[in-house]
Amino acid sequence: MPHNSSARKHGGEQSDGGGSSSKSQRGKAGRVTEDNEKKSSSKRLKDVEISVPIVYGTISFWLGKKASEYNSHKWTVYIRGASNEDLGVVIKRVVFTLHPSFNNPTRVVEAPPFELSESGWGEFEIVISLHFHSDVCDKQLDLYHHLKLYPEDESGPQSTKKPVVVETYDEVVFSEPSESFFARVQNHQAVIVPRLSPSLNLPPPGSIDNMNEKKRGDTKDHPLSQWFMNFSEADELLKLAAARQQVQAHIAKLRRQLNVLDGQPQQFKPTAGQ
Amino acid sequence: MDAKDILGLSKTSFSAPQEKKPRPQKDSQRKPDGISREVYALTGGLAPLMPSVDVSHLKRQSQPDNEKITWRWLPFTSSARTDNLQLYHWVRIVNDVPPTGDYSFAKYNKSVDIVKYTEEEYEKYLTDPVADRFPSSRTVEELKDRYYSVSREILLARAASSADVAGHPLVKEPYNVEQEIERKRALSMVLSQTKQQERKDAEVLAEAKRITESRMIDKGAEEAELHATSTVGAENAERAIVDVESVSPSSNNQLPTAVVAPPTATGDGTSTPSSLRLLRVYLRTDALDQMVQAASSSAGLRTVKRVEQTLQDLGVNVKPKVPTKSVCAEHLELRKEILTLLNLQKQLQNKEAEASSLRDNSYTDIPSTPKQRANRGVDQDRSFIPDSLSFGGERVGKRDQKRKAPGRFSEAPPSPPQSKRPRKFKASDG
Repeated sequence: MPHNSSARKHGGEQSDGGGSSSKSQRGKAGRVTEDNEKKSSSKRLKDVEISVPIVYGTISFWLGKKASEYNSHKWTVYIRGASNEDLGVVIKRVVFTLHPSFNNPTRVVEAPPFELSESGWGEFEIVISLHFHSDVCDKQLDLYHHLKLYPEDESGPQSTKKPVVVETYDEVVFSEPSESFFARVQNHQAVIVPRLSPSLNLPPPGSIDNMNEKKRGDTKDHPLSQWFMNFSEADELLKLAAARQQVQAHIAKLRRQLNVLDGQPQQFKPTAGQ
Repeated sequence: MDAKDILGLSKTSFSAPQEKKPRPQKDSQRKPDGISREVYALTGGLAPLMPSVDVSHLKRQSQPDNEKITWRWLPFTSSARTDNLQLYHWVRIVNDVPPTGDYSFAKYNKSVDIVKYTEEEYEKYLTDPVADRFPSSRTVEELKDRYYSVSREILLARAASSADVAGHPLVKEPYNVEQEIERKRALSMVLSQTKQQERKDAEVLAEAKRITESRMIDKGAEEAELHATSTVGAENAERAIVDVESVSPSSNNQLPTAVVAPPTATGDGTSTPSSLRLLRVYLRTDALDQMVQAASSSAGLRTVKRVEQTLQDLGVNVKPKVPTKSVCAEHLELRKEILTLLNLQKQLQNKEAEASSLRDNSYTDIPSTPKQRANRGVDQDRSFIPDSLSFGGERVGKRDQKRKAPGRFSEAPPSPPQSKRPRKFKASDG
């Protein structure tokens, strides 16, 4: 059962030009502060981590009357910054590996926004391989996502307007990043960096160039952005804090009871009916 | 045939022709060339597939026509001997020219210069008040250390000035015990490496080579700065780093530790496991999973399940939906606290069971009074406390309760579940 790819195979046509120009811009910034960077580039910042909050997943639409037996849904798989910032600052390219029944199941996306649209009928696991820029990390990171086409609630009729959205929040953590990486991204919105002591002399990032890049690779105005989920840590933190409080109170009570028991081992305890 | 002779059986006409026929055949079969029959039989009656000794080597190799070889019984001396003993041996003389030179085995007579010290010197420099009094078994390295340090001391003491002996190997490079122990340990590790380990190492080195090569290409193409090598796997991480760094052209300088604001909301147990840190890049959820596993390593599967049930009862996601750094830290702490809670509950239950067995009362009710008291104190509206303590309240009521006190039986099985009565979980859990 061959799958026909109707939509574009590579996400973001506009980013092909953007990708190369952003590279040269990075190169320019590199050349200006070359001496500095060469000295500090290979140094790693101990006990420092840089984290990149990401959201990855799929959005799938039923094709309705256009649906055929082997082509019932159109879907998009993507990875975006958690606040829709441009991940291109960290990620060089993303490789989406589809089910082998697709033509050329290995789809490479060279520039942000890192996404891929396809159509088909089946649900399967998609491998999302993140390849980072050379100063970030030379090891790739693989994410796994199950493509969901059919809604949980199977009772109602499918709608072509309301898609099935599955998104996962996570954070990519780089431990002991290189100084050059840190310097490059320290002011970028897509990245969380700790505050370092000012005694460390890091070359400043090329801010203006970054701005231009940002406009192209971010997903703030993405056509599918209306379906993006909101991930707020506040909710979860609240729940966790409340839960911890309860548990701690309970622990305290039990400790008191244990002390009582230890103090008076022969005490007769009345059996309460409750 | 011989057996039959021994037994005195007559050779029947039946057997005779049999013997006659196979015998000539066997004889012709058996008769090998070049070696006697018995020796041939030693090989199991089969000829070896390949000659073990090249037959041509057995012939005389040097042609007697070029040279004249004689053997003479001659005396010789050896530099290895300190006496003047005169020994004789056969010498192969070629063309009447006797061989010259020292006895060929004299070079193996190695000797070690051992430092000899006097009693005076011993008392002055070498006495160690404690060590000399007690006999103890010592390792080879310790003995060596003692020997070398003693020699060194004597050398230094005898030298007119320290400059004289500075060139002596003992003074220049003193024996380093720990290094020697390490070195020997490393050697034995290398020696005892299994084939699998060798293969793994070869793979790691090959990968390191590939990485460095690709990096060389990248370096040329992109004008990218040099950066640290990546590690291959967590298990071999430490060895890999050593190997890879030796291969990689980009050597990492020792880093001055950056002064950094410590990561927020981390307790003692929440620092990233070193195996993950070595990976350089990882997902926070994976890090959390590892830390959760580490924290629950002492707990059994059932306990872990109960922790997760408790989480659910508390309205907390078993796997955080928004795994930020602080969320993960809080989550981990919560799990640990729940484990503590469960342990305390078990302790309490055990203590209670002990106490009640001492009292020697018969049980008609479930001895869950301490917990009942605890429950009453807590807000009953919250779904967490009363029923969830039973951890699956519907099921537990049917189970028997095991007693920790030996030989103790409750005449009545646990009373049928009543709506308001909290149930005890099995004491055997975890």
